[in-house]
Amino acid sequence: MPYPESLKKLIEKVVATRSARVERKKNGQEFPPLKLEEREPVLRNFHPDFIKGTRRSIKIGPSKGYAISNEIVDLLEAKSRVNPYLVNLLDPDFETDVLIIGAGGAGTAAALLAAENGAKVTIATKLRHGDANTMMAEGGIQAADKVGKDSPYYHYLDILGGGHFVNDPELVYTMVKNAPDALRWLEGMGTSFSKYEDGKMKTMHGGGTCRKRMHYAADITGAEIMKTIRDEARNHEDMINVIEFAPAVEIALDDQGRCAGAVLYNLETAEYQFVKAKAVIIATGGSGRLHIQNFMTTNHYGATADGIVMAYRAGVPISFLHTVQYHPTGVVFPEQAEGILITEKFRGAGANVLNIHGEQFVYEREPRDVEAACIIRECSPDGRGNGVPTPTGKFGVWLDSPMIEMLKGEGTVRKEFPGKHILFRRFGIDISVEPMLIHPTLHYQNGGLDINNKCETNVPGLYAAGEVAGGIHGENRLMGNSLLDVIVFGRIAGAQAAEYIREHGESGTGNLDHVKHYNEEVEAAEIDEDRIAPMILPDYSNPEVRKKQLTKDYFGTLS
Amino acid sequence: MTEPSETTVDSLVPIFFMGKRYDVPASLTIQKALEYAGYQHIRGCGCRGGVCGACGTVFRTPGSYKLQVGLACQTVVQPGMHLMILPFYPGNRSSFDIEQMNGTGGELAALYPEIFKCIGCNACSQGCPMDIDVMHYMAQAIRGDLAGVAETSFDCIMCGLCASRCPAEEVQFNVAILARRLNARHGIIRAEHLHERVKEIDSGKFEEPLRNLMNKTTEELKELYKSRESEPQMAEEDWTPEDSRYV
Repeated sequence: MPYPESLKKLIEKVVATRSARVERKKNGQEFPPLKLEEREPVLRNFHPDFIKGTRRSIKIGPSKGYAISNEIVDLLEAKSRVNPYLVNLLDPDFETDVLIIGAGGAGTAAALLAAENGAKVTIATKLRHGDANTMMAEGGIQAADKVGKDSPYYHYLDILGGGHFVNDPELVYTMVKNAPDALRWLEGMGTSFSKYEDGKMKTMHGGGTCRKRMHYAADITGAEIMKTIRDEARNHEDMINVIEFAPAVEIALDDQGRCAGAVLYNLETAEYQFVKAKAVIIATGGSGRLHIQNFMTTNHYGATADGIVMAYRAGVPISFLHTVQYHPTGVVFPEQAEGILITEKFRGAGANVLNIHGEQFVYEREPRDVEAACIIRECSPDGRGNGVPTPTGKFGVWLDSPMIEMLKGEGTVRKEFPGKHILFRRFGIDISVEPMLIHPTLHYQNGGLDINNKCETNVPGLYAAGEVAGGIHGENRLMGNSLLDVIVFGRIAGAQAAEYIREHGESGTGNLDHVKHYNEEVEAAEIDEDRIAPMILPDYSNPEVRKKQLTKDYFGTLS
Repeated sequence: MTEPSETTVDSLVPIFFMGKRYDVPASLTIQKALEYAGYQHIRGCGCRGGVCGACGTVFRTPGSYKLQVGLACQTVVQPGMHLMILPFYPGNRSSFDIEQMNGTGGELAALYPEIFKCIGCNACSQGCPMDIDVMHYMAQAIRGDLAGVAETSFDCIMCGLCASRCPAEEVQFNVAILARRLNARHGIIRAEHLHERVKEIDSGKFEEPLRNLMNKTTEELKELYKSRESEPQMAEEDWTPEDSRYV
């Protein structure tokens, strides 16, 4: 849908202030960023994390008493999808050295490193190999590799500042220190990063960075990385077996409490199958499809927190899940594209964020939580009420992409942002000429399973890497640190799991006793609702149709 | 659960999914229209944002013989359209060891000799939902111009629609990713600064400054954070900070 007349009129106000804004930007005059002490009140008043009644304490399990989003608690206070007394673990359907649950960036990186270290790998994934948030990451991947200008020291400081200084220091240390090597690894596999003629990587700023260290592949960095490492995994079919459309639903433990494999659910045949493994890596990603606080999301269809649920039942505590990341810039018009991510790279390239009057109200490179809270304040009737109304009654603010053409030359938007250019062109909007209308959208699970710097959980033989793990990003992740997280910690998890099985050999016979106990705990806590988890897939089907879907179990020959 | 974006109520139009009629709101994408009709997607649905290649779709509209393509998550329904989502297409793929290769067109041709069977019919380009000039990059592949293939095919989401349309049984998307990887690995100069920095890290250069940071109190960290020097937005690549102790 092209912009209707009402919005075109408002765009004129953006155009009216544009040349003066470009001039200021060229002269280094930026809209003043908030001081550290000014961030707090905006977050407290306008960030969705602080809305009363949206969190509650978990009643059961290893992190009992910890208050996190209701939507996640709903899944943790639920029974297993499968009756643990009925699954046969004595006769495994598959056997492998390392089982990896999830086939996004972390899972695939882990598979490559486990295989490189001699382990036979099975990847079980809910959808297809590569169907993950990694594929959708746009803007870039951070690494402090510009010698003489940047260093892991500054990368560390930026991460701590963005994460409110509560991040796990060991995990941050591990990530910044391994970042340049992660980039080198990706480059060596043939990832097409944007480079200068002399081979130097192009880098730019992201929100909250003090040095330009965001490496990118146009505006589809995650897709480029995901396609490359997936292709490499396919070069090792003898070592890496991928089972698609088979999400794991429970972890199995042996009688010593070590991880012994996982139960998969075959989405097409409805069978529950057991994979016996010597070690398991959880790389199931995030939870945007839970639509926390009913927010629209940038996330992949499969992002439903399954790994958190399974591991929590197996005894792994969780942390940093009390904050959720809302990406400052999701599409709010046209409606067909609502929620879709508009990469922070636009702001990194200099695009201003503007209200209904075409005026700046926020520095465009604040950390994500601060930027999002400022945009919500501008749009909210309880705030400043300067939002741009959409035809469907929502509010947004302008992201002035055309000014990038004036800053960096004509054709830059099309060249540097081909993915978004084509997306909007399909709707009759040329973003090198017209700005985009955006609003914060549910983006990232800041916390997750407790791990150490070897990606170990407290369950021997059970590892976690990527968005499903917590601590690295503290209470707020910076742009470009998620792709980095999945590669660095995915590789570590793969190598560590391979080493673990060399030391420990076979796991014992698997059992689901912990699931039986967990189900009993749910009952004992008098959680009366009839919930089951993990969710596996969201259900967006029409409620009117669902009312007529009366078959709840197998009868006769059809379900 | 409904995806919290459905807010408009608009007129219903008929679409035919695998031949079966459903009446759906006219403003929805094919993906959401099928959900409105009662489907819960398992195959044929991925990122819901036009980059993953799970929902390549072929369709015909009334009164036209032309077969059209799109992504179900990006294409708005058209009244009377007949459609089919193609969630998978079997594709030949050759394995390789990128370390042992030199990045030549000959290597690509040895792995995919069928590229020379291309008859230049352009069905692949017409069948690309990303508007990639597929036939052009196949011609570039035949000429051994891997940098050309890499550039032309950069946006490929590997949905497989090109291969589904090809009378010469090519698997264009696998040819393309091989060319992109060979070009990025062997055709383009490696980033020296990466190797230099990895060496510095391995030699322990940043160990002490980082360990010092890790032992600081939150208040000390806040001071360091506030006073850190920022590279200006418009700075050129050769910018250097005043404080060079840690770089």
